[in-house]
Amino acid sequence: MNGTVIFFFLLIVGLTLYITYWAAKKTKSTGEFYTAGGGLTGWQNGLAIAGDYLSAASFLGIAGAIALFGFDGFFYSIGFLIAYLVVMFLVAEPLRNLGKYTLADMINARFDARKVRGTAALSTIVISIFYMIAQLVGSGALIQLLFGIEYVYAVLIVGVMMTIYVLFGGMTATSWVQIVKAVLLMIGMIIIAFLVLLKYNFNIGFMFTEMKTATSHGEAYLQPGLKYTNPLGTISLMIALVFGTAGLPHILMRFFTVKDAKTARSSVVTATWIIGIFYILTIFLGFGAAAFVGEQTIIAANPAGNMAAPLLAEALGGDILFAFVSAVSFATILAVVAGLVLAGASAFAHDIYGQVIKKGQISDRQQMLAARYASIGVAVFSILLALFAQKMNVAFLVSLAFCTAASANLPVILYTIYWKRFNTSGAVTGMLTGLLTSLILVAISPNVLAPDGSAIFIGTPLFPLENPAIISVPLGFLGGYLGTILSKEYNLKRYAEVKVKANTGFRE
Amino acid sequence: MMGNAVTKDRQVHLGKPDYESVVNSSKFKQLIHEKKVFIIPLTIFFLVFYFTLPILTSYSKVLNKAAIGDISWAWIFAVAQFVMTWVLCVVYVKRFAKFDVEAEEIVEEQLEGSDQ
Repeated sequence: MNGTVIFFFLLIVGLTLYITYWAAKKTKSTGEFYTAGGGLTGWQNGLAIAGDYLSAASFLGIAGAIALFGFDGFFYSIGFLIAYLVVMFLVAEPLRNLGKYTLADMINARFDARKVRGTAALSTIVISIFYMIAQLVGSGALIQLLFGIEYVYAVLIVGVMMTIYVLFGGMTATSWVQIVKAVLLMIGMIIIAFLVLLKYNFNIGFMFTEMKTATSHGEAYLQPGLKYTNPLGTISLMIALVFGTAGLPHILMRFFTVKDAKTARSSVVTATWIIGIFYILTIFLGFGAAAFVGEQTIIAANPAGNMAAPLLAEALGGDILFAFVSAVSFATILAVVAGLVLAGASAFAHDIYGQVIKKGQISDRQQMLAARYASIGVAVFSILLALFAQKMNVAFLVSLAFCTAASANLPVILYTIYWKRFNTSGAVTGMLTGLLTSLILVAISPNVLAPDGSAIFIGTPLFPLENPAIISVPLGFLGGYLGTILSKEYNLKRYAEVKVKANTGFRE
Repeated sequence: MMGNAVTKDRQVHLGKPDYESVVNSSKFKQLIHEKKVFIIPLTIFFLVFYFTLPILTSYSKVLNKAAIGDISWAWIFAVAQFVMTWVLCVVYVKRFAKFDVEAEEIVEEQLEGSDQ
């Protein structure tokens, strides 16, 4: 590690700890812990959503994928953005109007059923922990590359930092870490993209012409088909990306940090602009890395291409830009995992302990205590899993998290808001069907079973697609539908209440 | 507390508001209808627009043709997805600002004052 890298690294640590210190003084009640008191503005929450969403997989993974696979690398970028239209058009406002702290709160606005809450909490925990293991394992490897810190210590540093933010500063600290990260990340992206464009005299047509000969793929680099050769697999992945975001607990939880549906709406708008600009800029990072760093150097540093963006920063801006981009990557990791800890902890402490076990008979002080214990529990559990999973290729866990969110959560969210006849057993069967089919199909997919030992176990995959969303999402909807019509129970009066509240924002 | 003091003309209870009567009111029905007419077609549109891209790139080569210089239609279509997202964002906000006014009227006329 050189001096500049250490300086930026410590700057991020110092700044985020200061934010946590400041936030800790403001975190006195459960509401403040889970939702920052509901007092964020649309702009702040929009930035925080972007900070929560744009993971290291987006920043480093997509830049690397575009550098190595051209157009196909850009597919992820499109799916991740369009997902926000689903969030905005179908989910954000009713969710804000119905929920309090968690996704399960929102679904339980319609059903006072502990089994529904328990199932929703289970799905939240599964999704958040999968996502977190992927982030932690990825970040361990990344910090090892960027800062030369050993994997075990890298995971521990990230793990301890995320626990401190959440434990002491709750949602306020998490939000502001995410806001700072989003701003830093955008600055880094814009500087690198600007430097790349400068090389091409800001002529995008010229850049494309140059890219035809810049890589070993020749003209094919600019055409679809280098990475995704299985049509159904591609479409299945796209389904997971587009419908998954609207079911990701750590993203949905962000909507409870604003005061009303109108602010929730303006936060999605801000987030969509920032996330959209970010993903457009990934083209320039990817092309730039392919042209000015070169495939061989990128693959030599990391076979998945994760080092493309930092290496490009070094090639264009020297040590200082490399150090800055490394620090931004570190901040990116921290902001995302902190959001995940909070989502997992809220499902344990608020849903399972507070509502299912204690049936809501719990004081605010006890709730805070439970939330803090749960944060530590979720963090320690994830860190341990991440330490054991070092050698595994866990990149697929991110798309698995999206797939599970799309299959288990989204159908039930939509039914809860829009379907009159929907009932308790439909909610439970919908979530369980989506959850179990995603998990089972992935467990027998090429990600887990490969004859040549390139996956976790050696064997023949029984299911051909890496991402099962094309099967599991329809099954999630079907499970919710059948569960509903096979049970006679339903409550029109309660639906009337949900419909009025979801559409007007009225609260008793 | 419910049921005793119903003022029929305002459809208001002491205690829990009568949500069913709100749902059946013409103003609320109108709001829901307008929202449906806005949301459903646009949602279908953006999903179709989006999935057309991977379907075309997976099953055909039509997007491989050059559009502007060396930039192929695949890239134009991909960037068009971004433009569509931003345009729909703006359209949504404009439209929902109007729904806010209608929702506010429903709350004022039919719900407020129903609880202390």
